[in-house]
Amino acid sequence: MGAATETFYSVIRWQGITRRSFHKFCSLTATSLGLGPLAASRIANALETKPRVPVIWMHGLECTCCSESFIRSAHPLVKDAVLSMISLDYDDTIMAAAGHQAEAILEETRAKHKGQYILAVEGNPPLNEGGMFCIDGGKPFVEKLKMMAEDAMAIIAWGACASWGCVQAAKPNPTQATPIDKVITNKPIIKVPGCPPIAEVMTGVVTFITTFGKLPELDRQGRPKMFYSQRIHDKCYRRPHFDAGQFVEEWDDEAARKGYCLYKMGCKGPTTYNACSTVRWNGGVSFPIQSGHGCIGCSEDGFWDKGSFYDRLTNIKQFGIEKNADQIGMAAAGAVGAAVAAHAAVTAVKRLASKREDADHNS
Amino acid sequence: MMDAVASPAESEQDLTEIAADAAGEHAVGRPTVYVYEAPVRICHWVNAFSILILMVTGYLIGTPLPSVEGEASANFVMGYIRFAHFAAGQVLAVFFLARILWAFAGNHHSRQIFYLPVHRRQFWKEVLHEIRWYAFLERQPKMYVGHNPLAQTAMFTGFTLFVTFMIVTGFALYSEGAGIDSWQHKLFGWVFAIWPNSQDVHTWHHLGMWALVVFVMVHVYAAVREDIMSRQSIISSMISGERQFRD
Repeated sequence: MGAATETFYSVIRWQGITRRSFHKFCSLTATSLGLGPLAASRIANALETKPRVPVIWMHGLECTCCSESFIRSAHPLVKDAVLSMISLDYDDTIMAAAGHQAEAILEETRAKHKGQYILAVEGNPPLNEGGMFCIDGGKPFVEKLKMMAEDAMAIIAWGACASWGCVQAAKPNPTQATPIDKVITNKPIIKVPGCPPIAEVMTGVVTFITTFGKLPELDRQGRPKMFYSQRIHDKCYRRPHFDAGQFVEEWDDEAARKGYCLYKMGCKGPTTYNACSTVRWNGGVSFPIQSGHGCIGCSEDGFWDKGSFYDRLTNIKQFGIEKNADQIGMAAAGAVGAAVAAHAAVTAVKRLASKREDADHNS
Repeated sequence: MMDAVASPAESEQDLTEIAADAAGEHAVGRPTVYVYEAPVRICHWVNAFSILILMVTGYLIGTPLPSVEGEASANFVMGYIRFAHFAAGQVLAVFFLARILWAFAGNHHSRQIFYLPVHRRQFWKEVLHEIRWYAFLERQPKMYVGHNPLAQTAMFTGFTLFVTFMIVTGFALYSEGAGIDSWQHKLFGWVFAIWPNSQDVHTWHHLGMWALVVFVMVHVYAAVREDIMSRQSIISSMISGERQFRD
C-alpha cells in the first residue's frame, strides 16, 4: 500500500489484464451508462492518466461493523476495490504498518495529495472533556479528524455513527459523540448511513468516486441518491400485504408464518431510507424483513431514541413520561371533552338560574 | 326565521317590522348582517368534511384494522384507506388555498381567521372580556358581526396554523412515496431538514391530528353554546351566510 502515484490502468496491467481487455471494459462501461461512442476513449484516457484516488480510512468512536461489512462485499469484491480501484493508503484496522510508521503515512498523504485524497471516516469524534473519550495515536480523535479533513477532497461518513451519531450519541450522550458534518463544515460530506451500511453500497460509493472522479449525486441529507432515495417500504417484497391490509398481529402467529407485513410489529421500513430491500445482505441472501423481523431503521437519525423497535408509534419523551402520540392525543381530547361537558353543565345551570331570576324579577 | 316564539318585549318602534300571522302570532323582524360569503361557506363545509375523513383514515393508517383474509392480490383495504386519506388531504389543500385567495377578494370578515391584531390594546381587552364571559364572570356577552376576538384567536391558531402545519407535513410525508423527483418533495422536502428522521414527522403529523380533534371539539361546542347563549345566530350563519341578532 505505497503512496506512489499510479493509475488504474497501470495496476490492472500488473494484474495481467491485456490492453485489449481494458478497452473492451471501457466500451462496455460507456455502453452500459448510455454514453456515446466517444465516451469509451474518454473513459480509457481517464483511467490511463488519472492517478488512483488515495483513501485515508480513519476510525473514531465506533464498533468496526462498517469495516466488517465492507470486507464482505461481493459486487465488486472488496479485494478489487481495495487493491486495484483505490489506493488505500491508511486504515489502522487492516494495514500492515503500525505505530509511528503508520502515523507517518498520514502526514505523507496529506502533503503529497493535498486536496485530492478521500477521507473515509468510520465512527465519530466525542467532543466532551476536550475529546478525551477517544484517543488515537496519543491525541484526541477529533484533532486527527480535523487535521486530515483540512486537505481532503471530500469526506465519506461511513455508517450511522459518522452520519448521525448512532448509539454513542443516544440520550444522554455522555461523551457528546458528534456526527462528522457537525464537526467538519467546509468539505463535501457523503453520508453512507446504516449500522453497518450494506457492503455493496459501500464499495459502490467508492467505485463511483474512483471511476468518475467526482462525488455521486446526493439527496437533501447528503446521502447518495442511488442507494438512499427510496424507503425500505417502497421496494419491500411484503408491500402487497401492507396494501391489502394483512399484518402480523403478534410474533409467531399464523400471519407471521404466511409472511404478512410487519407494520404492526413496529417495522421501521416506512420511515427508513436504505437499499436493503433491493440490494439485500451477504451477497443478496436476505435482509431483516425477509428473515421475519421488522426493520429497526438503523440508517436513520437517532434510531436509538425513538422508543421500542417493536412499536408502531414513536414514544415522545418531551412530556416527562414516555407516551406515544395516540396516548397523548386521547388524554388531551378526553380532558378537553370533560372540560367542555363541565362547562356546558355550568352554563345550563347558570342559564336556568338567571331565567328563574328574570322570571322572578318580571312577576 | 330562527325561532317562531314571539317576544312580548317587542316595543312599538319596531311595529313596521312586525306582522301578525293567521294564528295571531307575531313574526319578528331582526337585524341581520351578511357575514359569510358563499365561497367562505363552501370552503368551511368542504374543509370540515375533509378533516373528518382525514382524521378517521389517518388514525387507521397509524393503527390499522385487523388483518383481512385471503390473497394479498384480492384485497386493497390499506390501499383504499390511504387513497381516501391522500384524496381528502389534497381536497383540503386546494380548498384551504382557495380560502386564502378568497381572503384577498372577499369582505373583511373573510380575512379574520388569517391574522391577529396583536398590536391593538382593544383586541386584548376584548379577548379578556370573552375569557371572563366563558369563565361565567360576565353576565352579558358582547355581540360581534364576525368572530369575537377570542374566537378569532382560536380560529387563527386552531384552524389556520394547525391546518397549515398538517398540509405541509402531510405533503412532505406524501413525497416519501411519490419520490424525491416529485413536486411534493421539491416543495415540501425541507421538512426533513428540520426532522431528518421521517419517523419524527409522522409523530408530529399524528399529534397535529389530535390537536385538530381538540380544536373541533371546542369549535363545535362554542358554536352551539354561542348560538344559544349570546343571542346571535352562529350555526345557521355558516349555512345562510347571514348573522341574525336577537334581542
